[in-house]
Amino acid sequence: MHIVILGNGISGITCARYIRKQSDYQITVISGESDHFFSRTALMYIYMGHMKYEHTKPYEDFFWAKNRIDLERAWIEQVDTERRVLHAKDGRSFNYDQLVIATGSVSNKFDWPGQDLPGVQGLYSIQDLEELERSSALGINRAVIAGGGLIGIELAEMLMSRNIPVTILVREKSYWDNALPPGESAMVTRHILSHGIDLRLETTMKEIIAGPDGRACAVLTDSGERIEAQLVGLTAGVSPNIAFLKDSGIECQRGVLIDRFFRTNVEEVYAIGDCAEFREALPGRRPVEQVWYSGRDHGQTLADTLCGNASEYRPGPWFNSAKFLDLEWQTYGDMPAQIGEDLSSLYWEHPSELKAVHLLYRKGDKRFVGINSLGIRYRHLIFDRFLREERTIEYVLENLAAANFDPEFSKAYERDILELYNQQTGSRLQPRNKRGLRGVLQLLKSV
Amino acid sequence: MSRSTNRIWPLLVKRIGMLIFLSALGYAIFLSVGGTYRLNDADLQSLFGERSDLIRESEADFVDQPIRGKWAFLSELRRVSKVVAVDARIRYGLSEQDVEGMASRNDGQPFDLKGEIARFEQEGHQEKAKKISQWLGWYDGKSLSEEELKTQLALKATDINRGISGLELSPYAALAITRQASQGPARTHPGRTFLIIFGLALLGGMMVILPEFRHEPGIKNNHIQFNGLNSRGLAGILLGTLLIVFYIALYWFPAWVAEWTLMADPLSYWINGGPSSQWFLYGWLYTFAVVTMAVRFAIKYRHSPYHLVRTASVTFFQVGFAFLLSNILHRLQLPSRDLKNIWPLEYDFFYAEKMNAMLYPPALPWFGKAMFVLGIALIVLGVPLLTYFYGKRWYCSWVCGCGGLAETAGDPFRHLSDKSLKAWRIERYLVHGVLLFAIFMTITVIGSYLSNSETFLGIKTPMIKQWYGFAIGAVFAGVVGTGFYPLMGNRVWCRFGCPLAAYLGLVQRFKSRFRITTNGGQCISCGNCSTYCEQGIDVRWYAQRGQNIVRASCVGCGVCSSVCPRGVLNLENGPDIDRTAIQALRIKKDGVQVLP
Repeated sequence: MHIVILGNGISGITCARYIRKQSDYQITVISGESDHFFSRTALMYIYMGHMKYEHTKPYEDFFWAKNRIDLERAWIEQVDTERRVLHAKDGRSFNYDQLVIATGSVSNKFDWPGQDLPGVQGLYSIQDLEELERSSALGINRAVIAGGGLIGIELAEMLMSRNIPVTILVREKSYWDNALPPGESAMVTRHILSHGIDLRLETTMKEIIAGPDGRACAVLTDSGERIEAQLVGLTAGVSPNIAFLKDSGIECQRGVLIDRFFRTNVEEVYAIGDCAEFREALPGRRPVEQVWYSGRDHGQTLADTLCGNASEYRPGPWFNSAKFLDLEWQTYGDMPAQIGEDLSSLYWEHPSELKAVHLLYRKGDKRFVGINSLGIRYRHLIFDRFLREERTIEYVLENLAAANFDPEFSKAYERDILELYNQQTGSRLQPRNKRGLRGVLQLLKSV
Repeated sequence: MSRSTNRIWPLLVKRIGMLIFLSALGYAIFLSVGGTYRLNDADLQSLFGERSDLIRESEADFVDQPIRGKWAFLSELRRVSKVVAVDARIRYGLSEQDVEGMASRNDGQPFDLKGEIARFEQEGHQEKAKKISQWLGWYDGKSLSEEELKTQLALKATDINRGISGLELSPYAALAITRQASQGPARTHPGRTFLIIFGLALLGGMMVILPEFRHEPGIKNNHIQFNGLNSRGLAGILLGTLLIVFYIALYWFPAWVAEWTLMADPLSYWINGGPSSQWFLYGWLYTFAVVTMAVRFAIKYRHSPYHLVRTASVTFFQVGFAFLLSNILHRLQLPSRDLKNIWPLEYDFFYAEKMNAMLYPPALPWFGKAMFVLGIALIVLGVPLLTYFYGKRWYCSWVCGCGGLAETAGDPFRHLSDKSLKAWRIERYLVHGVLLFAIFMTITVIGSYLSNSETFLGIKTPMIKQWYGFAIGAVFAGVVGTGFYPLMGNRVWCRFGCPLAAYLGLVQRFKSRFRITTNGGQCISCGNCSTYCEQGIDVRWYAQRGQNIVRASCVGCGVCSSVCPRGVLNLENGPDIDRTAIQALRIKKDGVQVLP
């Protein structure tokens, strides 16, 4: 059995590793982007000088040969599902018995005039990073970033680290308010502004203008303003990287269409990670899951199936995290930007520091449904339990201290949060646990 | 826009600060190499006693002659010493006539040692008399023929004469001579020179450090990988070379830094009542580096209370214990030690001279004994107990002097530690090897002490002490340990060499409540934790599989937790059950796996 995995990102590599753990199949991972697996989320730190490229490789180079995972460097241009052959740009071809498509994403472009000019780019791949370095070497007096969200703020932070002034154009009223509720979004917005970033809300890009050298030199906004910029970042989301599958017979919509076993319409062809689209979205989830963690889950689950232990994708409670400049964000469970009628919310914010905790629960049975936290770390382990065991908000609040994951000597605010709830609802809850491992074990044993 | 990191002035201030700092450093180096040296008659008398006559006679030019530059002075001194040695042998050695005289006087009768000594003393040859009493004791009362005596005594005389040098030029003597000969401002105005150099260094240092306040609190490792000083570029290599040369000077050629000790004299008199040795100077420089760089560290990590408390702790132990207290004890003529130091890091704790100083001190006997008991208690109780409760960090990154320097001055180099599996393998052999060496050496030392003999189990104690002191104490801990900061990271000694770290690490690995917990499935494998681990632990390897980190070498600095962008890592003490459990290996199926 020869399994070929297209793409050496977190999805493809996790799949390869777990196939190896369970089988002796021949495994080949093909990537055009890099020789070895690296952490895509760490690209920003290379540009900022926190790390070098080699630091972003989670496994030493000897790891692959030792685990008999063959690595090939090639861009695949054509997939022949009839003969089970892949054709690469450099003329080579690769046979497979089973194919796993894990090709990730490409940056979104929305048909802006000038979007293909030099000096206009997204931030997704190593090649994007190299492009950014080339542009930086030419000198950037100002950069305009079109689109907010997580990649937009990362790109802004990167450029700021090189003392490049940044303007971010965001369609929304408040930063990332299509994903964050108003309180959190407002805090993130304040934080971005405090770093000296020129954040323009409710502003979109109309056009990118070329200079005499043929490179981008300015951006026109919908208000008609012209902003001089030598670099334009396109960070309005990403879409599945599936252009090379055009004539393969593999059915695609936004992404490669798959069922819950990651099967495409073609026998022995599977798709995982950013590039896959569930024919039927999982409850509470999007059909295309573009998160590091879901990619890792996909890879693990598909590896089971490929090794003869057919496994349906049944992920646990949602979780995610990110960092907006210096502000850490973690979320567990469902935290919609717009809170429905049937939900109640407890929003606590520190009077002066950048810390906020937002807990959501159902009105009737007070069942806890999700949390956003900014500037405070919480334990995945504990919140996963709260959600699986369908605990009430009151249980969560009473045991919240045990879920705290902030470093020692940090000030704890769980009591303040609980008091806020008591005040708002007239309850008289008392904390049942203390912070730290002792509290965690106490809580786990009490179940 | 309340804050802008893009303004020019902070960068300008930093640049100017660096220039000021470098000029202070440059001036200090100039003082130590470019001065003028002169020894007048009185200097010669006080330094060399009766040997000074030899210089006056054969090297009259040397007296009162100004010599420019330290190299020139030290090589002239060596030359003079060689010349004088020839004369000294003639004057103080046993000549052919001396040998023949003794042989004929004692021909066939019991050798009259006392008589011979008295004879030479009478003739005014005190030194010859001394040599005879020291070397010829064996012949006392033995009857040998003149011929026999003549041959044997001639051989003895050759040996004796070989031991007669011109001027004693041991490292300490060379330092004393150079201090005496130095003519520059360090000698004439030591206090003023000291204030100028360290004032400028402090001013420049603060101008570089304090503008870091302009950044919002949070991790800012920007440009570290681009900066030559921090990433083994030219500046880093130069700094490493400078540090290595400094350590070589400190251990083997203290005369090179004679002017710096002169400058430190006023401070030394003030604190411990005597002139500054190179070790006092070293203590001062070390403390100065720890304190100023602690300010930098505290600003950089000011968002983390853990780092603020920990930095305050290492700074306190360096200033209070290592520097002030040990010098004050010296002043009070009590046994002087850095009380927080622990065997086997303090490898000479059981050396006879040190134990005797504690057990039989001239004053306040209870104090010396308490000091000894404290030292023992730390070894047998403090290390295991505190490490059980808090991990080895209680010592390595909260108390220890080596750790104190690494955590403050060494912080800009923490990412240079090697994270490869190979390095880990080498580390385990090396650090435990040094621990075994230290234990072995100490056993022979104690054995010798108790049996009152130079050898123990057939091993020459002075030799093994000397080897340990040279290879581990000086080369590994000093030259490599600190000199290699800009080349191999700030914990080279702590990771590969420190026997105490090995001991603490064994406890931490096998019986402790400390671990670094990982936060379920939140790791994105970015690599910041591994990159900034000063001990070269591949933290990410554990974090990305949701496994807690229990490693012998972890000093609990907490930086992995700080640099993690997703809040994945936390230093925790807790019940010692299943510390190494993989908590989140399979997230998808059964949820986050938890402790059983």
